[in-house]
Amino acid sequence: MDGLTLFIQQIINGLRVGSVYALIALGYTMVYGIIRLINFAHGDFIMVGAYALFFTVPLMIAAGMPAWMSIVFAVFVCALTGILVEKLAYSPVRARGNNMSALITAIAMSLFLENFAQTLFGANPKQVGTLFNLPTILGISGNTFLTILIGVVVMVSLSLFVKYTKNGQAMLAVSEDKEASLLMGVNVNHTITLTFAIGSGLAAVASLMYIAQYNQVTNMMGSMLGLKAFVAAVLGGIGIIPGAMLGGLVIGIVESLSKAYISTITGGVITSAFSDAIVFSILIIVLLVKPTGILGKNTGEKV
Amino acid sequence: MRIRKDHTRSLIVSLAGVCLLGLIIFLADTLGLMDSYIRGIFIQCCFAVIMAASLNLVMGYLGQIALGHAGFMAVGAYTSALVTKAIGLAIKAGSMPALSNVAQFFIGLLCGAIAAALFGLLVGIPALRLRGDYLAIITLGFGEIIRVVIQNLPFAGGKGLANGQAGQALIGIMRMNDLYIIFAVTVVCVAIMIAFVRSKFGRAIIAIREDDIASSAAGLNTTHYKVLTFVFSAFFAGVAGAIYAHRGLGTLQYSDFTFLKSTDFVIMVVLGGMGSMTGSVVTAVLLSVLPEVLRAFADYRMLLYSIILVLMMIFRPTGLFGTYEFSLYRLLSRLFRKKPETLSSAAKGDV
Repeated sequence: MDGLTLFIQQIINGLRVGSVYALIALGYTMVYGIIRLINFAHGDFIMVGAYALFFTVPLMIAAGMPAWMSIVFAVFVCALTGILVEKLAYSPVRARGNNMSALITAIAMSLFLENFAQTLFGANPKQVGTLFNLPTILGISGNTFLTILIGVVVMVSLSLFVKYTKNGQAMLAVSEDKEASLLMGVNVNHTITLTFAIGSGLAAVASLMYIAQYNQVTNMMGSMLGLKAFVAAVLGGIGIIPGAMLGGLVIGIVESLSKAYISTITGGVITSAFSDAIVFSILIIVLLVKPTGILGKNTGEKV
Repeated sequence: MRIRKDHTRSLIVSLAGVCLLGLIIFLADTLGLMDSYIRGIFIQCCFAVIMAASLNLVMGYLGQIALGHAGFMAVGAYTSALVTKAIGLAIKAGSMPALSNVAQFFIGLLCGAIAAALFGLLVGIPALRLRGDYLAIITLGFGEIIRVVIQNLPFAGGKGLANGQAGQALIGIMRMNDLYIIFAVTVVCVAIMIAFVRSKFGRAIIAIREDDIASSAAGLNTTHYKVLTFVFSAFFAGVAGAIYAHRGLGTLQYSDFTFLKSTDFVIMVVLGGMGSMTGSVVTAVLLSVLPEVLRAFADYRMLLYSIILVLMMIFRPTGLFGTYEFSLYRLLSRLFRKKPETLSSAAKGDV
């Protein structure tokens, strides 16, 4: 295989991983945009979706339907989890505490979901059956193309939703100015709930894409995935929807390329095992150079 | 004059309290109650106390969330373990005069703490620009980077140093499970941290926590104090790491230092009360002992902690102790119906 083909393959792989990151990053960014909270539990919504898929895929197959149809159920479960977490934990804390207690609550919810799943299902990885049977095209599996396709479709429809529907506009309005949108007759609480539902639903789609590739579910799967997606959201500019998409794709490609080439470039000093460290270094550099992210606008801080 | 006298008296009472604790350990030891299992728990408590107290400097007093404290601990643990290993080898080779285990341990501990403090400086510098959520994330990122780098260092795995192999647990670390030394180190560390909090530096960082902009307008160099706190906090995390590395198992696993480890200490600080050293010490001991006492509970420990944490944030965001500090002197004065000086109780940390 010559160098160019390898390079193109790495780029396509990067796009696949990146579209998973982008979908998760969208969830982070939408929630952050609307209530200024880093929803640490968001990564674990992916795990919830993955378990939902794990249990419904055999049922779907037994019922003679295509396995991927279970995504409908997974989206429902995830959206419900998101709404519950918001209503039971975040909303009461937001009403009383400050930023710090909200962040701690988010960490606590993440721990809760991870450990609750472990109590229910055990810590061993579970295998999910094959979701799609697709032919391999040009040495790249059909799953990869499908993942990228799903990612693009979801991102485009989300953009359209935000731009052209009343609820979408309400989301933008609330993230711009909560009090003002309240005065303009936007139902803020309803909008926040909707944001959580959509964000968590996207996490379910991300878990479908993840499982299509790796076929495996564990209670900790969302932790690292979520952190990297968060890096993507910050890179693109947190709170900005196109930023999350861009950030996700960039992180995916960087990760894929660094896994493939970093060892050769640095003469073996930095190996592909460092790819996680590289992703986090990007985060630190972005935060130091331009904390608002690639697409972020600089807003001065008021005293 | 009276205040100074009161202060000295309170110091003597505190010292007496510490000696009493030491005596209890001594008695338990001579009565044969301290088997290796209890010793393990005791060391675990000591190290958790230092970790929680040092994290409290950043979270409670400076008011910034730090999610990478396990990273500093890892730096301290690995540096000290490698240093004691190197010393051991040098002594064996005859290129160094023989040193007692205790001396070796203290050299390792100091090196580990200084290395961790240097990393604290590295993380503290971004603190110049960022605060709140972003700072939390950057500390988390640093913690993860430290872990991944350690995992891939050839000299920090396997037998270590020249015979090391990347990606493996570091084995054959010197053991240092002398209860009195660990206890003494813990007491000294906590005392220094309390002194720090009560000093002019401590008051400055509390001012910064309360209002960043107002305190810088009042002439405080906020950057300087923020970085200083990070360095200080990391230094003690390094000390705790050194205790952890030499706790008697002889191994260090890089996967011990994940983000989850950091959250363990965050839980201790938050439950105890951000801004209360007493709270950190009490919860650190409690959360270290409880899983051992209640074996059945150990499996559900994190589940329970997370629920308690959420409930705490809803109903009592200040934690168990808030900013309350226990003072033996105040307690005794109250018991013997002697009203303590108001100023002296302020000096005891009624912040």
